[in-house]
Amino acid sequence: MFAYLVKRLFQAAAVMFVISLISFAIQDNLGDPLRELVGQSVSEETRDELRDELGLNDPFLVQYGRFLGNAVRGDLGTSYFFKEPALTVILKKLPATLELVAGATIIIIGLSIPLGVYTAIKPNSIMSRLIMGISIVGISVPVFLTAIGMIFLFSVELRWLPSFGRGDTVDVIGYWSTNFLTLDGWQHILLPSVALASIMLPLFIRLIRSEMMETLQSEYVRYAYAKGIAPRRIWFVHALKNTLLPVITVGGVQIGTMVAYTILTETVFQWPGMGFMFLEAVNRVDTPLIVAYLIVVGFIFVVTNTIVDLIYGLVNPTVKLSRMGA
Amino acid sequence: MKRFGTFASVIALTAMMSAGAHATSIKIAYDADPVSLDPFEQLSGGTLQLSHMVFDPLVRWTQDLEFEPRLATSWEQTDELTTVFKLREGVTFHSGNPMTAKDVVWSFERLKASDDFKGIFADFESMTAIDDYTVELKTAKPFPLVLHTATYIFPMDSVFYTGTDENGNDKGAIVKHGDSFASRNMSGTGPYIVTEREQGVKVEFDRFDGYWDTASPGNVDEITLTPIKEDPTRVAALLSGDVDFIAPVPPTDLDRVDADDSVDLITLAGTRIITFQMNQSRNPALADPKVRMAIDYAVNNAGIVDRIMKGFGTVGAQASPAGYLGHNPELTPRFDVEKAKALMAEAGYADGFSLTMMAPNNRYVNDDKIAQAVASMLAQINITVDLKTMPKAQYWPTFDERAADMMMIGWHADTEDSANFHQFLSACFDADTGNGQYNSGGYCNPEADALMVAANSETDPAKRGELLVELETILYNEAAFIPLHWQNLSWGARKGVDAGPIVNALNFPYFGDLVVSE
Repeated sequence: MFAYLVKRLFQAAAVMFVISLISFAIQDNLGDPLRELVGQSVSEETRDELRDELGLNDPFLVQYGRFLGNAVRGDLGTSYFFKEPALTVILKKLPATLELVAGATIIIIGLSIPLGVYTAIKPNSIMSRLIMGISIVGISVPVFLTAIGMIFLFSVELRWLPSFGRGDTVDVIGYWSTNFLTLDGWQHILLPSVALASIMLPLFIRLIRSEMMETLQSEYVRYAYAKGIAPRRIWFVHALKNTLLPVITVGGVQIGTMVAYTILTETVFQWPGMGFMFLEAVNRVDTPLIVAYLIVVGFIFVVTNTIVDLIYGLVNPTVKLSRMGA
Repeated sequence: MKRFGTFASVIALTAMMSAGAHATSIKIAYDADPVSLDPFEQLSGGTLQLSHMVFDPLVRWTQDLEFEPRLATSWEQTDELTTVFKLREGVTFHSGNPMTAKDVVWSFERLKASDDFKGIFADFESMTAIDDYTVELKTAKPFPLVLHTATYIFPMDSVFYTGTDENGNDKGAIVKHGDSFASRNMSGTGPYIVTEREQGVKVEFDRFDGYWDTASPGNVDEITLTPIKEDPTRVAALLSGDVDFIAPVPPTDLDRVDADDSVDLITLAGTRIITFQMNQSRNPALADPKVRMAIDYAVNNAGIVDRIMKGFGTVGAQASPAGYLGHNPELTPRFDVEKAKALMAEAGYADGFSLTMMAPNNRYVNDDKIAQAVASMLAQINITVDLKTMPKAQYWPTFDERAADMMMIGWHADTEDSANFHQFLSACFDADTGNGQYNSGGYCNPEADALMVAANSETDPAKRGELLVELETILYNEAAFIPLHWQNLSWGARKGVDAGPIVNALNFPYFGDLVVSE
């Protein structure tokens, strides 16, 4: 276990090093940050002086070396727009994104398991066909369209829910302020969570359905039926547990992907998280923030994958982490 | 859900009652929020919008583009190089310090040192305090734009901004990248005080109790400014009642906002001209005035405004919008495809030629669609266009390299003056003076430049107008560039928010004077 974690730590470091190198290499193609820092009529000469001050005229290796030197001390550069250390900016925005992902995850887990199991048990019922039909639509409509559609239905036409932002949040600790402690906060997080969940939900319903159908055909389930165990217990205890193994594997990776989808969802809902921040940073050519974001997201991916492997070991005792670490 | 809503409104009502029956607060949503709280750090629309809320200029523009006294009560030109301003007495800063000539001179010096603003103030030599409420402004040469430029002088609280902050840095320093006292703290004379700010999320303002302008009808006590980047979300926020005022309203939603009974749509003709420049050295065909003229005849500006901009623009035939000294009402948009073909034949290009075109896709309203339309219009006169559009972040470095034969650029004159268009867009390129900095076409006519130079030291508005009109006419006759339209400005406001009187073509609403009736 320990050896496994150490190995993962080294992997994480390697991944982040590669990400930093790539994002640093492409930053020249993102545009000229000076354009966003100064007004339109500032002369080329003045802009060049500023570029010198910021060290942007130095050769690539000098700039990258300086960046790495600072990075090992925890300094990923200072955002041009926020005028604060890039890492601080991201840490301030991270809770909003994680809460959104948490909200979406709750919706996905809460809906995909019962719906997936139901459609597996009664594959030919009208209800099942309806669920599968809607999930096809859900998987093919882009998330920003779903989001805008929901805003116009629930905010503009029905006026039930607010259209943008986080609303009233309660400070918990450090940079973390939460939506989950006020009614206004719940109302604000509902639409974005549903929008974000809409991408993954159909996938999970289908995944659970097909795994469940396969499990229901297996010998031990048939034996359980023959033994006279209540069907409900067979479905939700015996069959579901084995169904969940592949679901957890896919799910862990998908939660990482969901962080990427927050870019679109947060932009549409003006959700002050790091996805929206990243898109704005790209528009503003805020290169230190872009590089820092990519590194942090790379880190999140490595961490979620590690956690998934750990959970996998807990659910399925035949998987030995020590072997995976070797 | 319905019950939630009722419950929430009961809470909101209780909160409002406990906060006092008179507190009027509104929420506004722009597409972006200001980069910094320092009014002199970046010359941009966002900064000026903020400056007009927290500071006051010496003079400001009215809706009719006249000058209105603010912190200067009167001004007089004593000789051709000197203007004397009388300052308003009894004005205090948010910090409680009184505003005097010392603060005005200090702010002027700070503007001259600012990278972004020093260009505008280049012709101003010095400012001196005659007494506590009189300042004398000296220009290097006779200068016609003294008052235009005085709209940028927002006196800052020199006592408040002098000294060192907790990190030992000068409080008055203008820092482009990184933290500075002035980018986090404010003390102005304006109607509002910033009480809270979370960059990119919201800025909260409270009305300043000691505001000098007691004659202002404004009655808004609290303002919350939220940036909402996405157009549909911003419109939805207004229509759903989550915010009371938005800008801009995107062209696709103009009809929707206009048709909604609970909100008002306000539009004004803007002053930003959208143009295409034609690079004469990259593509020799474009050096021929006949070819440029043919392109101008082939481009249907009125069609672009009608179909792509949904009427949300004013068709242009020159750079100066109506109301500017150089505007020549006799210049009309050229559109005649047959004539364009004839001109192409005359120039020896009856079979056409090909050219490259570049435009941004997120800088101006519908910029990429406009470029596509122009490209297909040019196909009618056998010009094959290789069009490339890109985000503004990549576009500007490409523009600086003059990387295509035809490049799009929109321009708003910081000085609200005709000469500024020519200086940046069509004057002969000169690295020393900065003239022609955005002239990617390489158009160069010494006669036109001479008119601009003469106009810039002519202080008689009538004579100056003649020079500038002549300048616009030369550019029109030689088809120096392809003028398309001036982008309109748009605001959406909830009924009861009387925003009509406070907006202007410069796009900085005077929120201090905003009246909210319910």
